[in-house]
Amino acid sequence: MSRVSEQETADALDALEAESIHVMREVAAEFERPALLFSGGKDSVVMLRLAQKAFWPARLPFPLVHVDTGHNFAEVLEFRDRRVAELETRLVVAKVQDDIDAGRSVEVPGGLRNPLQTVTLLRAVEQGRFDAVFGGARRDEEKARAKERFFSFRDAFGQWDPKNQRPELWDLYNGRHNPGEHIRVFPISNWTELDVWRYVARERLDLPSLYFAHERQVFERDGMLLGVTEHSQPRAGETVSTRTVRYRTVGDASCTGAVLSEAATAEQIVAEVAVTRLTERGATRADDRASEAAMEDRKKAGYF
Amino acid sequence: MTGLLRFATAGSVDDGKSTLIGRLLFDSKTVMADQLDAVERVAAERGDDWTNLALLTDGLRAEREQGITIDVAYRYFATPARSFIVADTPGHVQYTRNMVTGASTADVAVVLVDARKGVVEQTRRHAALSALLRVPHLVLAVNKMDLVGWSQQIFDEIVVDFAELAGHLAVKDVHPIPVAALHGDNIVDAGANMPWYEGPTLLGHLERVEVERDDARARPGRFPVQYVIRPMSAERPDYRGYAGTVASGVLRVGEQVTVLPGGRSTTIAGLDTFDAQDGLDEAVAGQAVTVRLADELDVSRGDLIVSAGDPPQPTSSFDATLCWMADAPLRPGTRLLLKHTTRTVPAIVTTLHDSLDVTTLTRQPVTELGLNGIAHVTVRTASPIVPDDYLTDRRTGAFILIDPATGATLAAGMIGSQIGVRA
Ligand SMILES: Nc1nc2c(ncn2[C@@H]2O[C@H](COP(=O)(O)OP(=O)(O)O)[C@@H](O)[C@H]2O)c(=O)[nH]1
Repeated sequence: MSRVSEQETADALDALEAESIHVMREVAAEFERPALLFSGGKDSVVMLRLAQKAFWPARLPFPLVHVDTGHNFAEVLEFRDRRVAELETRLVVAKVQDDIDAGRSVEVPGGLRNPLQTVTLLRAVEQGRFDAVFGGARRDEEKARAKERFFSFRDAFGQWDPKNQRPELWDLYNGRHNPGEHIRVFPISNWTELDVWRYVARERLDLPSLYFAHERQVFERDGMLLGVTEHSQPRAGETVSTRTVRYRTVGDASCTGAVLSEAATAEQIVAEVAVTRLTERGATRADDRASEAAMEDRKKAGYF
Repeated sequence: MTGLLRFATAGSVDDGKSTLIGRLLFDSKTVMADQLDAVERVAAERGDDWTNLALLTDGLRAEREQGITIDVAYRYFATPARSFIVADTPGHVQYTRNMVTGASTADVAVVLVDARKGVVEQTRRHAALSALLRVPHLVLAVNKMDLVGWSQQIFDEIVVDFAELAGHLAVKDVHPIPVAALHGDNIVDAGANMPWYEGPTLLGHLERVEVERDDARARPGRFPVQYVIRPMSAERPDYRGYAGTVASGVLRVGEQVTVLPGGRSTTIAGLDTFDAQDGLDEAVAGQAVTVRLADELDVSRGDLIVSAGDPPQPTSSFDATLCWMADAPLRPGTRLLLKHTTRTVPAIVTTLHDSLDVTTLTRQPVTELGLNGIAHVTVRTASPIVPDDYLTDRRTGAFILIDPATGATLAAGMIGSQIGVRA
């Protein structure tokens, strides 16, 4: 990816921002009970800023929902709670652990928890009676997502049918649904990872500290650098060393990898992302690498 | 000049559309090492001899298995001049709805032909749909020039054939480019094989072409009200603002406006955004803002705020062109929902006048309209909408039809009796 001149960048970001705000307002106007998924990750931080802009000077007209894997980075939870307090908004926490305890989800020993989020998310949607759920997914993340709509219809089982999607024409979004069905809404569909970082820099958005270069004890597994946390411990033969790293996504601490980086500010990350040669998912998510069609299968079942 | 360009690609199966997009992504260095890895792995499993750049864009499993693209996919890349959003629309006859979807937001349509085959039925179809949707610019990419010996004569013949077709179509600007997507000639770099071609490469053209939004300022102001903002806070007990996106033209503080369909007039007291908390002086097409009005009028979602002078007329009955996108055919009289800007109203199609065959550009009488059919119709709505003609405004002239029972999107509609593909 080459660098885009400053003026053109500002224009492009303004256009993307306006499109996202338009989508959020459509949802607030047409749905009774929307909710916004908030993980504390950079995409959801951008989403939160867009929502603030869409409804200013009023408060957000919907609650935030965090699907909590239980495998958290402590600084991400702290960050989440601080933002919620600042915005004087409501946070619903749906815990994967509760579904495991109740037998609705089965954890494979030593397995990843990202796939288990589906059950918990669908439970949160049902209990909250949410009819629209905002997610921060982007089409540039992954091939199955490239076909995703802004308004993505989910049947009563929360499933996505990629071969039977509503055509999306002009800026006329169709949110019509029956009771029990819901719509996943992806306002930043058209943003790239680079756009997100440029926006973080431009808006001076606060992020959890692990997005920026810091020293951390890490070990290598399957070609990824995993931090030593209570959820990810080195196995025999894996050696721990202290490296300067940052995270490109913050998900399940047991499977989210760090990358070697000296980038300590959003501006430095923009420069680094502009020349990077790995997509963020490929570099840092063990679960997406399992199979070529992993994301598509998970999305069909109701994943983010 | 705008920093973001949206373009749609169209071509018949095997014309090389996926390869062309893969090439744009690859040569502009947007393809990441791990994506290339994944593609190479799949190519090896399928026993392909070389890395197939087309696999970069075939997203869904069914597509990979059948080796064809089924649904519109969106791709992203950037150069120092612009950021690009590509709507990759499959070219099969049965997927007209995808092409219409991709074209509805496109600034440019890139229509591919195979140099060995020239202008074929699909080409006529794609060009006609671009014209129908009023995509402002069209690029004719003549691909696989390597397979015709890089022949200028063959290219020129195809250009003449296409110009003849375009002469019948309402396309303002056609730009032909000879390319070889597989080898990269004239995609990002010119290459050495076609010294006789002196025009820009495909990317060079896309970087420079003017987009419609650049002149949207010149049109009269149109602001569909999306959402009413009422903080009801101690700080702002009486704040009432109308949030929305300026559809066209410019809104200015102090200017006189009319709220339609009601027809009351007032002035703009303020234009607010989060970033300009003291307010903006003006807001232009494409900007998301909140409008405050000087007088307390009863304004709600679906109303249209317009600049004074020659306002559009509210109407409950109008002619339009429909692209039908559902399996079950449209029969006149069926109860539907119509969404125009931010207003959704019950509607019926009262009359099907005639259908348009986009390959022959001829019209036939019809009694029902099937999947991928295009027809001139009369629509009646339960309460008025405030449309512009699609010929003058792609935003306030467009609507969709929705099935009230299933919620499915049934059709794309363009308002006006003159809408067609003819010049
Ligand atoms: N010789 C040659 N073959 C090409 C060129 N562009 C594409 N192809 C081949 O044409 C076939 C179809 O290409 P593909 O991109 O899959 O077509 P699509 O169906 O339009 O997406 C593939 O075998 C490509 O390698 C070209 O410029 N020259």
